[in-house]
Amino acid sequence: MAVVQAERPGPSRFILPILGLIAVGLCLGGLLVLLDPKGGPNLLASIYDALGNTSGADDLRNGQGDQLIAKLILAAIALAVGVGGIWLLFLGVGGLVSQLQPKYRDRILPWVFVGPALALLAVFLVYPAAGTILRSVQDEAGNFTLANFGVLLEPDYTAILRNNLLWLVVGTAGSVLLGLVFAGLFDRVRRESLAKTIIFLPLAISLVGASVIWQFVYAWQPEGQTQIGLLNAIVVGLGGEPIPWLTSNPLNVFCEIAILVWLQTGFAMVVFSAAIKGVSGEVIEAARLDGANERQLFIRVIVPMIRGSVITVATTIAIVTLKIFDIVYVTNGGRFGDDVVANQMFLQLFQFFDDGVAAALATVLFIAVLPVMYINLRNFRRQGVGG
Amino acid sequence: MTAPAQPIEQPAVRVGWRPAFIRSLPLRLTVFVICALWTIPTLGLLVTSVRDPALIATSGWWTSLLHPFEPNQWTLSNYETVLSSDGMGNAFINSLVVTIPSVAIPITIAAFAAYAFAWVPFRGRGILFTIVVALLVVPIQMSLIPILQIYAAGNLYGSFLGIWLAHTGFGLPLAIFLLYNFMSQLPRDLFESAAIDGASALQVFTRLVLPLSIPALGAIAIFQFLWVWNDLLVALVFLGPGADVRVLPTALYNLIGSRGGSWHLLTAGAFITMVVPLLVFLLLQRAFVRGILAGSVKS
Repeated sequence: MAVVQAERPGPSRFILPILGLIAVGLCLGGLLVLLDPKGGPNLLASIYDALGNTSGADDLRNGQGDQLIAKLILAAIALAVGVGGIWLLFLGVGGLVSQLQPKYRDRILPWVFVGPALALLAVFLVYPAAGTILRSVQDEAGNFTLANFGVLLEPDYTAILRNNLLWLVVGTAGSVLLGLVFAGLFDRVRRESLAKTIIFLPLAISLVGASVIWQFVYAWQPEGQTQIGLLNAIVVGLGGEPIPWLTSNPLNVFCEIAILVWLQTGFAMVVFSAAIKGVSGEVIEAARLDGANERQLFIRVIVPMIRGSVITVATTIAIVTLKIFDIVYVTNGGRFGDDVVANQMFLQLFQFFDDGVAAALATVLFIAVLPVMYINLRNFRRQGVGG
Repeated sequence: MTAPAQPIEQPAVRVGWRPAFIRSLPLRLTVFVICALWTIPTLGLLVTSVRDPALIATSGWWTSLLHPFEPNQWTLSNYETVLSSDGMGNAFINSLVVTIPSVAIPITIAAFAAYAFAWVPFRGRGILFTIVVALLVVPIQMSLIPILQIYAAGNLYGSFLGIWLAHTGFGLPLAIFLLYNFMSQLPRDLFESAAIDGASALQVFTRLVLPLSIPALGAIAIFQFLWVWNDLLVALVFLGPGADVRVLPTALYNLIGSRGGSWHLLTAGAFITMVVPLLVFLLLQRAFVRGILAGSVKS
């Protein structure tokens, strides 16, 4: 298959380096604009000056005027420098390296490809993780201490850890079980894809948006007033007293978990549904011939056969529940006994300015996901790297 | 291929005289009820967002659905208010400005890296990719404090550049991992014949691997788009609540604080945050599902 041709000789030898240099210049200029805190407005102001629109330029420099256009220009520059700059780097350095002897070329070129990714991973994930672990065992002066973890023994934190455990168990089990049941049921109806889309759709909604949707479902008014929340309208309609779903503990923890289950069930269902379609028809026929009814068939034959998918989905959702922040932060900030580790970490960081305790709480989350990391690495070792 | 429950395959006791339509009725009814339950919360939000504010506090949203033709109950004024005076319009633009580079940049970088991990042998490849796999599950919370310190020192706090870089860093492990999974499945013959033709690793990437990886790139782009557009934590931490850089989730959160009981504005605001991801999702559902399956089902 001769899809790829060798390097073409000709005028491109001279034109390409010149174009490359111009592009490098543009990228550096763009980078300067990006690094300037007021880069966007200043650039547009300069353009307005050049066009003779001095009042528009002054407005921009004073933080008024066409800020919207300035913002869009900034984003366009980021896109051009980010994507274009990366391509330029790879093509330029790659082209230079390709001129070297094959022995050196083959050794250096891979590092050109993985270099930017590794640098970003080091700066944004590896170095900070090490820094956070270190900070969690230091006091303000940098001396070793375990006092930051000591807060975990306080009564407030007992409730926080209990809530995280509830999220982990109820949230994961709820999403996985509903996902399994829906996948099994929908497999037998004619409008399967429509039904799946409906269950799947909430996955596109942000946790903040979902929290608003459900706050409205859970809305509570004192007894005697009109209930505009759906759940309390039903409760009152059936003759009960309105229930303060989101302010009575521990009920509110379950109500918040329900929001996540509403979102994640679609994810579980889609994965299970694909796995069920992969179960061979012969196995199912054999089970039917052995006299299994539909329920037995599903629980005893199909579910065990898609065990791998169940475990993958469960671990994915488990990690989401451990780190849960948005729902708790948005519904009532964890003020009614429904606090969780990630929300408390945010409060420690931005409300109490206690970096040490915040780092300790982050480290607790990190330790909690270590088993999943171990499983991932073990699975991966089995497959090996390099195709 | 699983056969749907055919009447003939049922045990004899259960067949009886009833036609298939009636026998499948309980199942179909169950599926319908499940779908209705899943839709009602969002429906309530949508209906409320276009109701007259005066009605919202005095009657449930379902009353308007039961009497849709009563005059003077539908309005778009809630949207006008949140878009202009509550700053959701500005936040919408900010979300676009934050999201587009935060999707394009990490995917470009990840594509080059995934290709090298999959097809270009080099020393340390195994251990480095193992680190990428390990980083997949590291909570974002582990990065917040040290990155905040770097950003404070480098004047990046509250800047778009800062959040583009942060989303790029945080999105890379999954993007590299998924692209690696896809690229490593490409047939080996392809690379061998390209090598015989004298193509360099760079040419193989740009002319072979990249065009063949478009489905995977698309799926990952949708993932990263939904993640960045819907993100609250990273935006709160690195952009902050300032009105000029506020993105949609932050703006919606602020709306809850300042307009707590005003359901007509909250519901309209919430729908504005949802409309783009819902559209992307409905239009590109197939690509999205493919991405999810690639990430969670080992072939």
